[in-house]
Amino acid sequence: MAVQTDIQVESAGRTLSLPVSAFQGLPSTLCKGCGHNSITSYLIEAAKSTGLNPYKTVKLSGIGCSSKTPAYFLQASHGFNALHGRMPSVATGAVAANRQLVCIGVSGDGDTANIGLGQFKHACRRNTPMVYIIENNGCYGLTKGQFSATADLNARLRRPTGETNPTLPLDLCAEAIIAGATFVARSFSGDKKQLVPLIKAALAHKGTAVLDILSPCVTFNDFQGSTKSWVWAREHEEQLQDVGFYVRRLPEIEVEQQPGETTNVQLHDGSWITLRALKHKDHDIASRDSALRVIAAGRDSGEFLTGLLYLDNAGVDFVSSLRPVETPLSMLPDEALRPSAETLAEIMESI
Amino acid sequence: MPSTPSLVEPAASGSAAAKPKSVFNDLSIRVGTVNGSGSQSANLVILRALHAMGIPCGGKNVFPSNIEGLPTWFHLRANVAGHLAHRADPDILVCMNEMTAHGDLLELKPGAICVYRDDFSADLSTVRDDVTCFAVPFNKLVEQAYPPDKTDKSYRDKLRKVINMVYVGVVASICDIEIEAVETGIKLEFPGRKAKAGAINIAAARAGYEWARANLPTDLPCRVKRLDATGDKILIDGNKAAALGAVFGGVSVMTWYPITPSSSVAEDTEALLRRYRTDAEGNQTFAVIQAEDELAAIGMAIGAGWAGARAMTATSGPGISLMTEFVGMGYFAEIPVVIIDVQRMGPSTGLPTRTSQGDVLKLHLLGHGDCRNIVLIPGTVEECFNLVIESLDLAQRFQTPVFVALDLDLGMNLWLSPKFKYPEKPIQRGKVLTAEDLERQGSFHRYKDVDGDGICQRTIPGTEHPLAAYFTRGTGHDESSGYSERPEVWKKNLDRLARKLETARGEIPAPVVEGDPDAEVGLIAYGGTHAAMAEAREILADEGVATAYCRIRALPIADGVADFVEQHKRVYVVEQNRDAQIMTLLRERLRGELIDRLVSITHYDGTPIAAGDVAVPVLERERIAAGPEIVTGARQGNGAGAPTMAAGA
Repeated sequence: MAVQTDIQVESAGRTLSLPVSAFQGLPSTLCKGCGHNSITSYLIEAAKSTGLNPYKTVKLSGIGCSSKTPAYFLQASHGFNALHGRMPSVATGAVAANRQLVCIGVSGDGDTANIGLGQFKHACRRNTPMVYIIENNGCYGLTKGQFSATADLNARLRRPTGETNPTLPLDLCAEAIIAGATFVARSFSGDKKQLVPLIKAALAHKGTAVLDILSPCVTFNDFQGSTKSWVWAREHEEQLQDVGFYVRRLPEIEVEQQPGETTNVQLHDGSWITLRALKHKDHDIASRDSALRVIAAGRDSGEFLTGLLYLDNAGVDFVSSLRPVETPLSMLPDEALRPSAETLAEIMESI
Repeated sequence: MPSTPSLVEPAASGSAAAKPKSVFNDLSIRVGTVNGSGSQSANLVILRALHAMGIPCGGKNVFPSNIEGLPTWFHLRANVAGHLAHRADPDILVCMNEMTAHGDLLELKPGAICVYRDDFSADLSTVRDDVTCFAVPFNKLVEQAYPPDKTDKSYRDKLRKVINMVYVGVVASICDIEIEAVETGIKLEFPGRKAKAGAINIAAARAGYEWARANLPTDLPCRVKRLDATGDKILIDGNKAAALGAVFGGVSVMTWYPITPSSSVAEDTEALLRRYRTDAEGNQTFAVIQAEDELAAIGMAIGAGWAGARAMTATSGPGISLMTEFVGMGYFAEIPVVIIDVQRMGPSTGLPTRTSQGDVLKLHLLGHGDCRNIVLIPGTVEECFNLVIESLDLAQRFQTPVFVALDLDLGMNLWLSPKFKYPEKPIQRGKVLTAEDLERQGSFHRYKDVDGDGICQRTIPGTEHPLAAYFTRGTGHDESSGYSERPEVWKKNLDRLARKLETARGEIPAPVVEGDPDAEVGLIAYGGTHAAMAEAREILADEGVATAYCRIRALPIADGVADFVEQHKRVYVVEQNRDAQIMTLLRERLRGELIDRLVSITHYDGTPIAAGDVAVPVLERERIAAGPEIVTGARQGNGAGAPTMAAGA
């Protein structure tokens, strides 16, 4: 029954009851088995279970397979399929125009690591309040499988000529951490248990929350030997923490992980994320150095390390740093936008 | 100084210069200094003094792309009739920079005056026997006014700046500028805590003035007399006027990336917004974001415009190139945004500190595929203010990128203007539907032409209604913004966008037509060229050529321009670009024989157009009996063979 499946969302003190369809989207036109579709479904689940208000949410993307996905979730939200590699700037403008918007940006490895690396890193540098999801498959799907900048060294093109990739890949989590992102996590599109809580936590974070999600391309980069394949990922995945997410108010903030013990971290909206360091007992998620060491170690050992790599809850997000008035700039009345005739006269007098 | 076309050059027609020059209140001064030597204050003081004496005046920085050390010039003009465009033939040359003094002196017209430092290694007095040269003991005079101060480590540095005020005094004496007006100007330049520096500068100006009174003639033919022509007028540059337009036009998100000559549009806008749009708690009704490049600057402005802000960015030609992809998308996805282009001379880095109107055609067509953009082209600093306000409204009304095309000469130089008037129209927001509107209407299709004017309804993110959301995309879309590659859907949408442009054609600022409606000769110009047009028409009238004048203020070209062409036998289109860009657009709008009436006059050497650059080619053409003449603005031989639009070709 529709009544039973309605989702309650909070909006300015009111409770809105929205049908599930508000959180869903059009049927996916991506390939069957594409990791991106899984991510889309987790996004819907995370949005529903946290009571995300779709009317106050915007979903943006660049160009590529991943960037098509905003059409497949949150159909009650305004969406913007922008230019290749330029989603971060459009998102920055949108949240500057309306500070109340929750912004979900979806991008791919070509869109972020190749053409959009500059805008990606500047969004991280500014700590632009947005969830930045990278659906990372190491190749260009829409243009038939060319290498992206996250393709493995010596990866092979899936075509008869089988050229190998002569260049080292970029690690987008490392790039995000160095650039200044305040929430950086890596996950795998096949791991619902880990990914849904990470998406919820990212949605609650105030600042740039980067999720680099390995999402195998079933058509062009899912063959033996590719580190962006299903088989490789399942065999090599190594969790940094068990990630659980629940909304509950607790008295103190604790971000220091104890080896082998549970760590609770409070997010900006008051909700908590629970972490448990499994293999890397010495990893401190509040430390950039530690995160970069973990990334480097994983790269050396060929492990696929997942979990929350870095979190800084104290940083001021970009829009807050601009000190805008409480009312979204997009909704200001005339008198707030245009100074008085007396002010103009005063200025004219002073010139 | 690159040699510039001059009205008095013998190589030019010569006829235009026949009119005897007035002794009073028609003054052109050129000061040659070194970049970074602090001469700007001195030049502004001369302007302020002339303004205080009620004499119309204006000034231009003519400078290379450099921070410190290279030659730079200040051109200053005072004219009883208010003609303040570029003049290449100064009456007075002040040489403070030996590197350029000799060359500048050689360029002077006969009868001009040259003031130079007596410590130059070469004696300039023997270079020209038809120029009056005055060697002034600048060092001695400045040290008199500002004695060495051993306790002040920066004394030498300050002295290097104060010395400029000595030439202010000398010029004041030569030109009969009231020394009291000079002192008032200095006080304005050094207000408050700078009063001590002001006193030193006043002493320096006095030293120069008194020395000149005692040692130089006081009856030279380049004097000014008090007038009453500046009472309610201000001196302002176009960029600052545009910034004021942004503030009073209600801009809410301004993004930018530094580029000469547009940077001060953003910087002035930000300073004004901080001052006038910040509440007592320090909260702001605006966001100004310096982006990492022009791609991001336009991306942020597009994102903000999409999300409901009154969004704007400012740049120059190279930045426009980088913004192209986003503008094409903004046109097709129909997103309101204002882009100010302060045009400089390109292509590429080109002449980054020199003026041009070389972007206008590109702005109109910018994008990929079929794009036609609205371009507003202010011709005065007052219009920079008014048309930026208008652009913010038009962007909302037509949901599209709107350009405002300034040029470096208008944007960066000081012009006399009536005080700006407070906008009469309330802020326009276009067809934005609220949740209540959606409830009442019961349906919403983002790209449906509900009213038949090509302009659709839109909603902004954050609108809490089940009908509000839509998906913005650059890909083909149907009326409900759904993805579509159907040929009829694509074509219908492009046709509607064309219809929207036709609606805009009738609503954007109309051309301004003045002069003799029965004249055989019509003149068409736009933008910063306007400054030279009244003076050019005066020269032409003196030569017996009556003219009418049509000033284009926006693209697409309004129908009134075609009517103007119909009324006149020969119509000269004056532009500061090589390829007659607006004439190209005009030819597209005209039918049959009317096209043959157009004659192009182009000026594109990087200097601002002067009245002579308009009048001389018109006179040449008017005296040639027949034949489609190719008329270019380059009269120095360096443009020979350049492809230029031929009249009626």
